[in-house]
Amino acid sequence: MNAAGFPILSLVTFLPLLGVLVILTVRGEEAVVASNARWTALWTSLVTFALSLVLWFQFDRNSPDFQFVERLEWLPDYGVSYMMGVDGVSVLFVLLSTALTPLCILASWESVQNRVREYMIAFLVLETMMVGMFCALDFMLFYIFFEAVLIPMFLIIGVWGGARRVYAAYKFFLYTFLGSVLMLLAIIAIWYQSGTTSIPEIYEFDIPFAMQVWIFLAFFASFAVKVPMWPVHTWLPDAHVEAPTAGSVILAGVLLKMGAYGFLRFSLPMLPDASQYFAPMIYVLSVVAVVYTSLVALAQQDMKKLIAYSSVAHMGIVTLGIFTFNQQGIEGALFTMLAHGVVSGALFLCVGVLYDREHTREIARYGGVAKIMPAYALVFMLFTMASVALPGTAGFPGEFLVIVGAWAVNPWVALGAATGMVLGACYMLRLYRGVAFGRITREDLKRLLDLSPREYTTFAPLIVLTLWMGVYPQSFLSFFSATVAQMVAQHQAAISAASRFAGL
Amino acid sequence: MFVGAVFFPLLGACVSGFLGRWLGDRVAMWSTVFFMALAAICGLLAFWQVALGGQPQTVVLFTWMQVGELSFSWSLRYDTLAAIMVGMVTLISTLIHLYSIGYMSHDATPSRFFAYLSLFTFMMLMLVTADNLVQLFFGWEGVGLASYLLIGYWYEKDSANAAAMKAFIVNRVGDVFFMLGMALTFFTFGSLEFDAIFGAVQNHVNDVFLGIPSLELIGVLLFLGACGKSAQLGLHTWLPDAMEGPTPVSALIHAATMVTAGVFLICRMSPVMEFAPVALAIVTVVGASTALFAATIGCVQNDIKRIIAYSTCSQLGYMFFAAGVGLYQAAMFHLFTHAFFKALLFLGAGSVIHAMSDEQDIRKMGGIWKKIPVTYAVMWIGSLALAGIPFFAGYYSKDAILEGAVAAGTGVGMYAFVCGAVAAFLTAFYSWRLLILTFHGKPRADHHTMEHVHESPLVMLVPLLLLAVGAITTGFVFAPYFIGDAATAFWNGAIYNLPAKDMMEALHHAPHWVPTLAKTVAISGILLAILIYGFLPHIPGRVAAAAPGPYRFLLNKWYFDELYDRIFVQPARRLAVQLWQVGDARIIDGMPNGAAALAAGASRGTVRLQTGKVASYAFAMIIGLVVFVTLFLTGR
Repeated sequence: MNAAGFPILSLVTFLPLLGVLVILTVRGEEAVVASNARWTALWTSLVTFALSLVLWFQFDRNSPDFQFVERLEWLPDYGVSYMMGVDGVSVLFVLLSTALTPLCILASWESVQNRVREYMIAFLVLETMMVGMFCALDFMLFYIFFEAVLIPMFLIIGVWGGARRVYAAYKFFLYTFLGSVLMLLAIIAIWYQSGTTSIPEIYEFDIPFAMQVWIFLAFFASFAVKVPMWPVHTWLPDAHVEAPTAGSVILAGVLLKMGAYGFLRFSLPMLPDASQYFAPMIYVLSVVAVVYTSLVALAQQDMKKLIAYSSVAHMGIVTLGIFTFNQQGIEGALFTMLAHGVVSGALFLCVGVLYDREHTREIARYGGVAKIMPAYALVFMLFTMASVALPGTAGFPGEFLVIVGAWAVNPWVALGAATGMVLGACYMLRLYRGVAFGRITREDLKRLLDLSPREYTTFAPLIVLTLWMGVYPQSFLSFFSATVAQMVAQHQAAISAASRFAGL
Repeated sequence: MFVGAVFFPLLGACVSGFLGRWLGDRVAMWSTVFFMALAAICGLLAFWQVALGGQPQTVVLFTWMQVGELSFSWSLRYDTLAAIMVGMVTLISTLIHLYSIGYMSHDATPSRFFAYLSLFTFMMLMLVTADNLVQLFFGWEGVGLASYLLIGYWYEKDSANAAAMKAFIVNRVGDVFFMLGMALTFFTFGSLEFDAIFGAVQNHVNDVFLGIPSLELIGVLLFLGACGKSAQLGLHTWLPDAMEGPTPVSALIHAATMVTAGVFLICRMSPVMEFAPVALAIVTVVGASTALFAATIGCVQNDIKRIIAYSTCSQLGYMFFAAGVGLYQAAMFHLFTHAFFKALLFLGAGSVIHAMSDEQDIRKMGGIWKKIPVTYAVMWIGSLALAGIPFFAGYYSKDAILEGAVAAGTGVGMYAFVCGAVAAFLTAFYSWRLLILTFHGKPRADHHTMEHVHESPLVMLVPLLLLAVGAITTGFVFAPYFIGDAATAFWNGAIYNLPAKDMMEALHHAPHWVPTLAKTVAISGILLAILIYGFLPHIPGRVAAAAPGPYRFLLNKWYFDELYDRIFVQPARRLAVQLWQVGDARIIDGMPNGAAALAAGASRGTVRLQTGKVASYAFAMIIGLVVFVTLFLTGR
């Protein structure tokens, strides 16, 4: 059947739902239910993660093809099937999702106290949807997962969020949903043309240029909101600010990657000519995103909002890298996505640590935390530096590769992206200085406790990953190489074919 | 040995940083010193074997990144250039670690300080032993981080935090250009490894990018990067503020090692720079201007550490214009000797500050030379070396640089020489101004402070004395190797000079009036300072009063900080707030929120139609029926 010998992708995808069933059957006192729900969710997500590690070890890094493919007929009359598989682009995102979920559950261990059972169910369902989305090789399947992700996230923000949670949840839902409707139209259009919804088969299919343009725009509407690109980014800060810590972690860590993943999975391979045609627009939007949101981040008073805006800036680097159409740029974009998933997730956890203790996210309320929480200050410093892409941490390889890749396309775009290095340092250091440095002026801060063992456990894997990705990024880059090389080659072939055709 | 020299400091940093709380401060401090000493032994052996023995070597550790044709590894490249730096950095860092044990003895968290210091040394060593530009960048940013942490070491002080941020951000501005320089290098050469770049330079001499010769553009971009780290004119503003850090930090990072990384980069890239004459001319002009500019400011500052900081800035200018005229060897030589005497001066200043109960203003010192004779003596040695008085270390290197500037025989070379000569005069002047105001005259500190003036403990004096030995001897011992007869064998191809302009040869044919002039200006600077500050102490005040404009201009450091604040910092802040509150909140969010309001309004209107009264529904139905029937009939 596939390299693992059993349908591993489906298993990884749907295993969390088993945990949901278990949690649903639990009855009893509220405290018992809560505790059981926590432990069940944790163990389910850990087992899922352990299972997904099979992908890490058994994935053939030299093959650019889809691996671990599973296929079942679903609606054969319409060419729709249940098809799962991963290639170099998606495999690490499956792992990222399965790795972040247990950390999120750990992070909400104490901070979520009401409706614990529902909360844990939402997270496990979310995991299923995320993993399914990255594995889906059929358009319909992809669309279902892509949309279904919205529901648990909507609930997580809307039920367990902060004061303006309802506004934020609606904004999040409507923004992302509006784009998705257009994507559905595009999917139907493609299906109408090609008669199939299988992604590998559509890769073989040539779509006429005029059609490509419309389909590209429809996809763009959906993915640009998800990324989010400037100027449709404003739902993100609100969603982040109102979401509970773990919600922010998963939102920044995985959900933001869905848009960029969509570009790589659909726009680039299926619509090469339109992608090339619209690339300058993407460059402009990306550079604006980097500069504009970095500046906005500089003015923020709320820690979470600041990090949310920095996410938009980082995602600007990602979209820029994707549309350079060269090996360095695309691999850099993929690496930035992974690194951002780890680092900004960790930064939100850092904010969460303080929020759990003081119940405020205002920078000005803190100061001098380094004095009483030295271990926390060290951890926070590491992730701050990773966020400003200091070499040796996870942030650097991606940003470096994107800038190198962008330079080959247009040096001014590279310059624009590189200004993010300076502005990024400005806002992150401002944040760090405001929180950790300075003299302690407030009495209540003096009683803060340093990291608890549970928090250490939550941070430890992220710290290891951050350093590992910085010092030996090759173990991650090697997953991408073959697939991206093939993607670049096919893209160039398609472009040159199109230009030859135009020349006739 | 090669690996040990680089990684022992990292080990020390980890031990002190992570285990410091369990080991206790004393053990943590001495453990870092121990590991540094091991590193220094390795480093000196490496220097012996590689530079003096002529056996360059590259130790490849493991692949860092491999993306398409872009591929590079973590590796330690030991050629003469690297070996000089490794030997010098490990040795001086060990001495400064030792000194810090005394200096930081009253601090609350010395293990943290030593961890940072060792971390810095590790990063610096990674920088100098890099075999490709990216690893160099790793060290480059790493020392920036360590510098940031150390400047802001006393993080409860607001000014220290501001200075730390400023240092990091100004450095980042330079790093942007470094990054773009790397991108262009990869675009041009298809590689970022030194051997591949240097081997292919000949094939790319005629490459053009954006209408500019590629190699020139690479040279300029990398130089702009170097400007940030080495505090050259325009990006120098962080260095004086960096003196907020503890004094050993100023000695190690902001004098002896990190700030010279830019010079090192230019020398490392000499095979490329040699083919970029315009870039080299820019390097020369900026270097020479910095040398002069910083020296003018140094003459009027009152903070003992800031004077030495501006002096560092000025000496870095010398190194740059030496490299700019093609005398990389002399630049490296000055870097090498400067490390010893400038570290000596800073540590001496630290000893003074220690003695004066943390007073840094030289106007409040004076009359203490009898109480701290050893410090006084080593400060003299350091100043003599700095001023370039014969037979002290600085004499050999500075002379070579000035001679080289004349020997280059170009317009920019001459400009550099003039700036350098004037700066040499000012250097001598402000050095003795500092010496006299600090040590001589009537005591200007209060009685209480004066009673506490005491010589530093032995653990601080030993490094001072060793550095003093270095400041005296490194000049004449190493001159033959760096710039003398043994130079070709010593450098062993680590630095490339165009055969067409053999600067090493030209150096020996420089006119004889140059060294004489250099000595003359230095000595006259010293005499003038002694005359004014020693015997006519009312003169400086009168001069300042007579020309208040120029005086204030110099005192305020040519208003660079104010200028940058006006044109970069303030507008960026205002723009940030505008973009957030107008751009995001009002315009971008305004549209969907407006649409939502519109939809809500429309639905509220529709709701009003549904009154629930059967009569009005029936009425509407009849009206509709009438309209439709009419349309139907007339339409037919």
